[in-house]
Amino acid sequence: MMSEYLNIILFDSLKILALLIPVLIAVALIVWVDRRVWGLVQLRKGPNVVGPFGLFQTVADALKYIFKEIIIPAGANKIIFILAPVVTMSLALLAWAVIPFGENLYVTNINVGILYLFAVSSLGVYGIIMAGWASNSKYPFLGALRSAAQMVSYEVSIGLVIINVLLCVGSLNLVDIVIAQKNIWFAIPLFPMFVIFFISALAETNRPPFDLPEAEAELVSGYQTEYSGMMYALFWLGEYANILLMCALGSILFLGGWLSPLDIAPFNLIPSPIWLILKILLLFILFALVKAIVPRYRYDQLMRLGWKVFLPLSLFWVVLTSGFLFYFDLLPN
Amino acid sequence: MLAHSIIFYFFSFITIASSLMVIASKNTVHAVFFLILDFVSISSLFIMLGAEFLGMLTLIVYVGAVAVLFLFVVMMINVNFSELKSGFLEYIPFGLLIGLVILLELGMMIATWKYKPDFVVSNSIVNKTITNTESLGLVIYTDYIFFFQLSGFILLVAMIGAIVLTFRRKESLRRQDITTQVSRERTDSVELIEVKQSEGVKIND
Repeated sequence: MMSEYLNIILFDSLKILALLIPVLIAVALIVWVDRRVWGLVQLRKGPNVVGPFGLFQTVADALKYIFKEIIIPAGANKIIFILAPVVTMSLALLAWAVIPFGENLYVTNINVGILYLFAVSSLGVYGIIMAGWASNSKYPFLGALRSAAQMVSYEVSIGLVIINVLLCVGSLNLVDIVIAQKNIWFAIPLFPMFVIFFISALAETNRPPFDLPEAEAELVSGYQTEYSGMMYALFWLGEYANILLMCALGSILFLGGWLSPLDIAPFNLIPSPIWLILKILLLFILFALVKAIVPRYRYDQLMRLGWKVFLPLSLFWVVLTSGFLFYFDLLPN
Repeated sequence: MLAHSIIFYFFSFITIASSLMVIASKNTVHAVFFLILDFVSISSLFIMLGAEFLGMLTLIVYVGAVAVLFLFVVMMINVNFSELKSGFLEYIPFGLLIGLVILLELGMMIATWKYKPDFVVSNSIVNKTITNTESLGLVIYTDYIFFFQLSGFILLVAMIGAIVLTFRRKESLRRQDITTQVSRERTDSVELIEVKQSEGVKIND
């Protein structure tokens, strides 16, 4: 009895390690990709000194953060101040448990997988609010308030976009969602929803042009202002882990997850995780390009876009999709 | 089964302890954080019962949206505690009354459930062959469509009420209209005028 439990715990811990270590390495690499793309758009070279092509730049940065002193402001609420980056980082990693890298390649496969992902990504706002409040300083607090309002507004349209996809699938399971795209990726029939999802994902992860919670021109560094050393690095890594997660969610919902684009010889011989990683990378490069090209939104325009444009449009599309599926008798059983 | 009960008691202990802390903690922001912990452990209990759909909805709706707005409001408004504490004794009989009514209701419900099983008619929900998301969907939009729509309408009325109560249009405010801004052409905003010497220009407003 006891050894059985121990076995389960040991085996699952190994599975979790086998997922988390690649995710953390991917986060380190993706920071480098982000800076390289940003540099290329601005006709610079970007980080290219540390290691081959500058690949170890993030490692060097992380080392620098580790050796820096952690300063806790005198007026801060100590427990919540320390908890905030931990919450951000652990929530960002928690969600990876349900991402399927292949038909039988996942840590767990729960039948409400998409709801779990949605729930965990909507909890991400707490790290930011806690940081802003616990810092006991004006700029972080303003950043936290902005972030709370922004994330709640864009979650609504992401939820409606997910409903659109679920209508075509008929299941909340992520594996089923990918398998339903065997014939055609949902990015093609639901293209407007894919665009809305992409823009909302930018807002949800506080990426430019929606990075108002940390707008350096107005709020110093927003909710991260009082953080230093490793705690700042945790925010930074958590943010990128969240971005990767959103890219993974986008590729599972719209780009056919681990499926190859064409089900013919050279393509379907490539193992499934590689396809998913390539799709995540493609979406991430789009994220990085947007960061380099588009200027920052003004706050009221951001709210207007979320509530007055995306919400009615995605709601209308839910009605349209369900009407279309019902009329042509295409509803999944 | 042992592991199951250990985990169950772990979550139920956290649920009860954190709900006690919601009332007991002196700092309102801490109270809201304990409320969030409470919601999270309740949703874990739901998942342990096999109601994973309800558990996830609790996380999304209560923790992801309602509690965020709660926290938002509590952080913005500085609540004066000495004022709140002064009225504490006056409300005790009222609170006890509400607690008694809830206890009575719970007792009646559990008693009828235990001793008169045919009293509970919603057996159609409990079906082990399909997932509980599907079984909820099968009854909500068929047998209980009226209640579902009614609760939707109540929420809609509440939303409209809140908007009407807080809506104030200031006439003095100059608002931006994005469509007019975007559709502005060069011809209707800039004009090239030949200015004659020592005569000036007349600008038509």
